[in-house]
Amino acid sequence: MNVEFSAEELAFQQEVRQFLNDKLPAKIAEKSKKELHFTKEDFVEWQQILAEKGWAAVNWPVEHGGTGWTPTQKYIWSNECAKAGAPGVIPFGMSMVAPVIYSFGNEEQKQRFLPDILGSKVWWCQGYSEPNSGSDLASLKTTATRDGDEYVVNGTKTWTTLGQHADWIFCLVRTAGSEAKNQESISFLLIDMKTPGINVSPIYLLDETREVNEIHFDNVRVPAENLIGEEGKGWTYAKVLLTHERTGIAGVAKSKDSLAKVKQLASETNHFGSPLMDDPAFAQKVADLEIDLLALEYTDLRTLAAVSTGKAPGPESSILKIKGTEIAQQIDELKMEIAGYYAIPFVKDQFEYGFEGPMVGPGSAANSAPLYFNHRKTTIYGGSNEIQKNIICKAVLGL
Amino acid sequence: MDFSYSEEQQMLQDSVAKFVQNDYDFDSRMKVVKGDVGYNQDHWKLFAELGWLMVPFKEEDGGLGGSALDLMVVMEEFGKGIVIEPFLTTAVLGGGLIANAGSDAQKAQYIAGIMEGTTQLAFAYAEPQGRYDLSDVTTTAEKTDAGFRLNGHKAVVLNGGIADTLIVSARTSGAQTDNDGISLFLVDAKATGVEVQSYRTQDGARAAEVKLNNVEVTADSLLAAEGKALPIIEDVIQRATLAICAEAVGAMEVAYQKTVEYTKTRVQFGVPIAKFQALQHRMADMFIEHQQAKSIVLMAAMKLDQGGEGVAKAVSAMKARIGKAGRAVGQEAVQIHGGIGVTEELDVGHYFKRLTMIELLFGNTAYHTQNFARS
Repeated sequence: MNVEFSAEELAFQQEVRQFLNDKLPAKIAEKSKKELHFTKEDFVEWQQILAEKGWAAVNWPVEHGGTGWTPTQKYIWSNECAKAGAPGVIPFGMSMVAPVIYSFGNEEQKQRFLPDILGSKVWWCQGYSEPNSGSDLASLKTTATRDGDEYVVNGTKTWTTLGQHADWIFCLVRTAGSEAKNQESISFLLIDMKTPGINVSPIYLLDETREVNEIHFDNVRVPAENLIGEEGKGWTYAKVLLTHERTGIAGVAKSKDSLAKVKQLASETNHFGSPLMDDPAFAQKVADLEIDLLALEYTDLRTLAAVSTGKAPGPESSILKIKGTEIAQQIDELKMEIAGYYAIPFVKDQFEYGFEGPMVGPGSAANSAPLYFNHRKTTIYGGSNEIQKNIICKAVLGL
Repeated sequence: MDFSYSEEQQMLQDSVAKFVQNDYDFDSRMKVVKGDVGYNQDHWKLFAELGWLMVPFKEEDGGLGGSALDLMVVMEEFGKGIVIEPFLTTAVLGGGLIANAGSDAQKAQYIAGIMEGTTQLAFAYAEPQGRYDLSDVTTTAEKTDAGFRLNGHKAVVLNGGIADTLIVSARTSGAQTDNDGISLFLVDAKATGVEVQSYRTQDGARAAEVKLNNVEVTADSLLAAEGKALPIIEDVIQRATLAICAEAVGAMEVAYQKTVEYTKTRVQFGVPIAKFQALQHRMADMFIEHQQAKSIVLMAAMKLDQGGEGVAKAVSAMKARIGKAGRAVGQEAVQIHGGIGVTEELDVGHYFKRLTMIELLFGNTAYHTQNFARS
């Protein structure tokens, strides 16, 4: 039993550090450091730099342009990216639809879609949730009715992250008649966002950012060749997808970085004549979180080690999701606590790159409340933490 | 990166697990708890025969290697049966002190006896006023012509009434909380002036108040260099902390699993109470706590074996996290069992008691959280 990196792994870590140091655009690194918003162009620019290096598709099979990295290499990669402040991969194309396409799509679909995902030439979004189908996703009502060589799609998808930028959407739709069991009439359909009848309307989150959208489909005609696999198998495909791509879900590297920032800021913050970090009540909260994060890091490593011996990550990834999001949210609370009064002003422009006007309060403080409000989503999305507990109950505890 | 056990560790785990499963039923345990001896001597002989008492010792001392990971493997399995035999006090604490600090003669005198199961030890370090401060020592050791004369009161000496030999920390110089000036002595439990008031602990083991009234010991009773014992004590307590934390992981596993099984059989409102989501999510939380506890013990065990800087910090992180997890899992196990959970007859409450006592031992959660924050 050991958690030491081998000589090859250490060399790889060096290579990654050097690459990030050389290639991460200064503007993006600065935005990351100041916790400013990334634009679509930022994501695409970085993703294309990675594609050029051959490091864009970390989890894909090598034959489709993946890295072929071991789980340990992937771990090193995500750690170093977090440390360097590299933007995360927008997952919808790269980690969500692509694995479904290369696992269940036909040859023509692979040729048609995968290269553009790899090269970040096409922006994808996800059409799963509906206004009345959240945690109970299988109750979804968007229909795709076969008409000749086409499906006619009607319904509403919601919480579509960054859908305003999207060229394509992958949707779970109901194809067969209502007599089939809920999950067995669901199909996986790819839809061009330029098709007539699609209307995208914004949803603004608590920090007034437009991260998500509602998408309406009104008699949208989709070529039948855009169906993945078989009709009625969409739910199975979506579920297979969920058991993959879970490395990094705990966000340990990012939380470690955030917690280091918290300690830094708290030692620079005056609290009744001493640094806030010296306040025992505050220090205790930091220590509690740091210890919990340390435990999570080892839970993450244990999962990773299991994956590298060929086991699919099971309900352990539910632990990673639950604890990872809870810890990150608690770190957000500490940042807001550090900010004190200066968490109160909401000067939206301050969070945009190039803002030159007079800053209200220190930069770290100004963004603390918006991030706190925004990040409440994390325990709700991706299968709410309550749903994750249901998964543990069913899969581990046999309840 | 590799979290798998070696072949030897796997065998060790299997053998302890088999013992706990087949030979350590709850009713027999309770008879020992209520009996006069305080532990099962046949079990102890078996521990020796199966080589488990050799686990904490290095090969050069005749042991099996003495790695923290090996110790973790054994203790986690012991925790599943809340084994009360004095493995921790005799083999880990007593044996650890002698192996780390003893002269060749002292090692020859004691270690074989520990491994063969014929020697019982107790480590008398705590004092009534000292709480978790290992340097707070008021027991004195004055030099005499023949050796030393000991006076003082050692508190809650685990296995104190069972041990043949006590290892006593006493001050040979310095003020009450000085780091320097603390020495260790091997004291015959039957020596004149040793007063042992033995009692049961909350979790069914044995401990004692030990009062030393002008106890005369020879010069060769001194263990380790005079006045320099504190770092040795700290080292051994760190190992022992790992041992009880691993034990807690085993105890938590059983506590949550027994709770899950119970809810599947207990019927209220016409259904097994396992169907209630209000209980399901709490059991999922118990599982998560157990997993996090297991992770942090692995972290600390690897750190202890690796050595160097950061060991104390890692041990404090572990103890603090285990304290929280143990309390949460123990309380929930009792609560979800309902009335039967607060009775003496059911085992679950005894897992809760052991987990609670582990939290109090070698520094509680608050103490170790602060230690972690400071280091």
